[in-house]
Amino acid sequence: MIIEALIAVTFLAALVTFVLPDRYAGKAAFALSLVPVLGSLLMWQQYDASGNALLGGNIAFETDVVWLQLGQYDLHWMVGVDGISLPLVVLTTILTTLAILSSWTPISERESQFYGLMLLMEANLLGVFTALDFFVWFVFWEAVLVPMYFLIGVWGGPRRKYAAIKFFVYTNIASLVMFIGFISLVFGLGDSISSLRLPEIAQALQAGQLSGFAGLSASALASVAFIAMFLGFAVKVPVVPFHTWLPDAHVEAPTPASVMLAGVLLKMGTYALLRFNFTMLPETARSFALPIALVAVASVIYGALLALAQQDLKRIVAYSSVSSMGYVILGLIAYTTYGVGGATFQMVAHGLISGLMFMAVGVIYNTTHTRMVTDMSGMADKMPVTAGIFVAGAFGYMGLPLMAGFAAEFFIFKGAFESTVMAAMPLFTGAAMFGIVIVAGYLLFAMQRTLFGPFEFDGDYEITEAPFHDVAPLAVLLLLTIVLGVQPDIFFTMIQEAVNPILELGGAF
Amino acid sequence: MTPLQTLPDWAATAPAIVLALTGLLLLLIDTIDPDTSNNSLLAGTATLGSLAAGGIAAWFLLAGTGMEETGGAISLYGDALVVDGMSLFFTLIFTSVAAMVSVASYDYLSDQRYQGEFYSLVMFAATGMTLMAMSNSLATVFVSLELASLPSYALVAFLKKDRGSIEAGLKYFLIGAVSSAVFAFGISLVFAVTGSLVLPDVAAGLSDADQLVGVLGLGVLMIAGGFAFKTASVPFHFWAPEAYEGAPAPVSAFLSSASKAAGFAVAFRVFTVAFPLDIVASLGGGGVDWSILFAILAVVTMTLGNFAAATQENVKRMLAYSSIGHAGYALIGLAAITVDGGVANGDVLGASMAHLLVYGFMNTGAFLFIAMVEKWGIGRTFEDYNGLATKVPIAATAMTIFMFSLAGLPPFGGFVSKYALFYSAIESGFWWLAAVGAVNSALSLFYYSRVVKAMWIEEPSKPLEIGSQPVGLYVAVIFAAVGTVLLLPGFQPVIETAQTVAAALF
Repeated sequence: MIIEALIAVTFLAALVTFVLPDRYAGKAAFALSLVPVLGSLLMWQQYDASGNALLGGNIAFETDVVWLQLGQYDLHWMVGVDGISLPLVVLTTILTTLAILSSWTPISERESQFYGLMLLMEANLLGVFTALDFFVWFVFWEAVLVPMYFLIGVWGGPRRKYAAIKFFVYTNIASLVMFIGFISLVFGLGDSISSLRLPEIAQALQAGQLSGFAGLSASALASVAFIAMFLGFAVKVPVVPFHTWLPDAHVEAPTPASVMLAGVLLKMGTYALLRFNFTMLPETARSFALPIALVAVASVIYGALLALAQQDLKRIVAYSSVSSMGYVILGLIAYTTYGVGGATFQMVAHGLISGLMFMAVGVIYNTTHTRMVTDMSGMADKMPVTAGIFVAGAFGYMGLPLMAGFAAEFFIFKGAFESTVMAAMPLFTGAAMFGIVIVAGYLLFAMQRTLFGPFEFDGDYEITEAPFHDVAPLAVLLLLTIVLGVQPDIFFTMIQEAVNPILELGGAF
Repeated sequence: MTPLQTLPDWAATAPAIVLALTGLLLLLIDTIDPDTSNNSLLAGTATLGSLAAGGIAAWFLLAGTGMEETGGAISLYGDALVVDGMSLFFTLIFTSVAAMVSVASYDYLSDQRYQGEFYSLVMFAATGMTLMAMSNSLATVFVSLELASLPSYALVAFLKKDRGSIEAGLKYFLIGAVSSAVFAFGISLVFAVTGSLVLPDVAAGLSDADQLVGVLGLGVLMIAGGFAFKTASVPFHFWAPEAYEGAPAPVSAFLSSASKAAGFAVAFRVFTVAFPLDIVASLGGGGVDWSILFAILAVVTMTLGNFAAATQENVKRMLAYSSIGHAGYALIGLAAITVDGGVANGDVLGASMAHLLVYGFMNTGAFLFIAMVEKWGIGRTFEDYNGLATKVPIAATAMTIFMFSLAGLPPFGGFVSKYALFYSAIESGFWWLAAVGAVNSALSLFYYSRVVKAMWIEEPSKPLEIGSQPVGLYVAVIFAAVGTVLLLPGFQPVIETAQTVAAALF
């Protein structure tokens, strides 16, 4: 029941915050959001799952009751976590709390609505990462869009209306494409399943129950479903060339929403890719290894090159997310324990580090009211703590050892080099590794020009150190990044345990 | 032991009796002291009356009245009325809408005259709708249809100083009169062929109809026209945008939710009981396959409604057209019935009924929000709604829920009811109908989200003055919003009941 309690408490917190007067909303939201943090840590402490939730493993905190009986397929309320979802649940609760804390300074209008929506989004995200029935999962998946649409559209920058609608339209259409892909699988399975529970569908697919549908052979149907689902999730990730909504959304969104967008929402895409495409249709995935590796490398290199060309700090961080999520795709398609495990680990690591970077940019913006690299120089003199954390976060992004980013990228590259999905995999891995060089390039470039050198600033604001409640979430994230970098096993062991059953199917062992 | 096994049979019509008595009581209250109408007493009586009727219907339904296992449908007055699960289910829709409308009218009518008459007209119309759902004879269908329609004409024209309201009332009345005539003529043709007006007897008389298939077909077509009027389906939909726009907003809510559901209640019963598809389709000379007729009507209605809604600048008119679109979705319930459908027939009809129930909440709520905006005197276009959320965040949240739910977006009741409807249509083999519905549904997000965007994201184009905080309207709108949200997790009993009672018709 702990998962239901976690989601329910977060929903209630959202309701309470929504009706509170503005001046209490921020503090109340922060206090209330600590409950889900404690809940997720309690889940972690009592975690006793083994194996992969979709492939017959033992699921922790599982609930499985019939919700809706409708024709052939019953809809179940089925939730539970395994080693892949628990780290993301913990990431969601912690990052939401820190994002709420970092909203105190920048958000000054319609505060109760803002914090209510943040908590509403958290509740839906928790649902996405714990739901194990397709229908329930899809409800939460789509429900995440609604608060994000408002967060960008109401509290965003000057082009917020355009960005909000672009975000909404892109991701909503992607969801429809994905939905069609998944439903075609369900029709192909016909009478061999009695519900839309993901474990049941995954196991029926492994047992070879897929038959043709509407004139398509079973393997053609699997390919069609794979492509439709991949396209749907690829928009969310996003991979090149479906990434164009992301910089708009990121740049216009208020800082805390950017943190949630980069930190958690993008992970919905890769999480779903892993759960649906790579777990349910491993053979099809292997047969598409070449194009998938191609888009992965393209995302890494092209995203990094785009970041290199930007003058806006937030845009730099936004494009670098495209790059980092490319590594996740590369790890997934490698189909090795380090590859897929590293990809899952990178989801958490990138959640922490990109959250940290967006918050740091936000803190600088709160003080200077500009994000343009050309407008400032030598900020480290005036705000040394913020600058220090910014530098540390950037090092984490570049993959400095003992930081979470290093561990994640190391796992992914190791896994990708070991990969046997195709002969050319080392070539792709080598090309993707070149991305690290570009990342280091643009981050050092940006830092050198904004933080160091003689102090110069084109603006009328007085530059002082940020208040404690702005710096505290940065420090917490930095600490977590280091902890995860020094001791990756706190998540990696559990991830590996959940990932290995997938690989046995994929024939990697 | 159901409540009715210890009571006389006529007690089964208790919901209709309670509604009629409430209407009379309202007139009595107003007669005692006609000069100073006590608005809160009137609104309270009307609300309690509808809730009591709804409560009785729910009690009967839960106790299994009219179901197979408790002795089947209760038939009254020489089979002219029948109380079964389906009529009780629809009664629940009418009474919940009537209750919300009565509560909301408290504020809307506060500075109008003839308050007592307004509430009693609502009650009498609701009585007519309840009788429509119970009608088991073409004669009672016609009488109860008129009983529901006549108060509605008066309600639409209620703002007698407002040209729009008068014009709407007149238009509604004229088209209503014409379609009543068409309907009556259709009944007479069916009577000529089958020699009966009671629905099961009509079905039995069909076996002799081989020689007169043409006449029967014409009769069925004309009867279908009568329903198309009541449900605002193409081609008898022209009155709907005018009437909904001109009428007082609570009346628009009442008409577009309850009155429409009543039209479907009769349509479902008449076509499944009086003209069973397996018999009428196998008559000589090609038979009368009405499922194709409804399939075409469904596609045209939903597409036309959606595209017209997308081009509107006036929110109330947009909702009126979207309500036409929703009539198209509900028509799938009849369109997807097949000759050898068996269980699937009951499933798709039940899904359609469940959608109408969810629709009763979300659509009523949306129109009542518009009533609230009209009360504030803010204006009617999308532009006038700009920035409304900064002034009234809670009401705007409720409206957002209605809009997204009508569009069929996941976290709300409208999603699951549309899913059930489209899924059941696919199960019956009408995947193309479901596909058209799904595409329409996706398109509808465009115009629904315009309201949301205006309220939350746009800056106010003029200073917004929110004068009063209408308590009754707030209560009704929030009640509808909570209902819309809770119908997602609580959909199982609704769909289960709807499909069970629908299956009893086949």
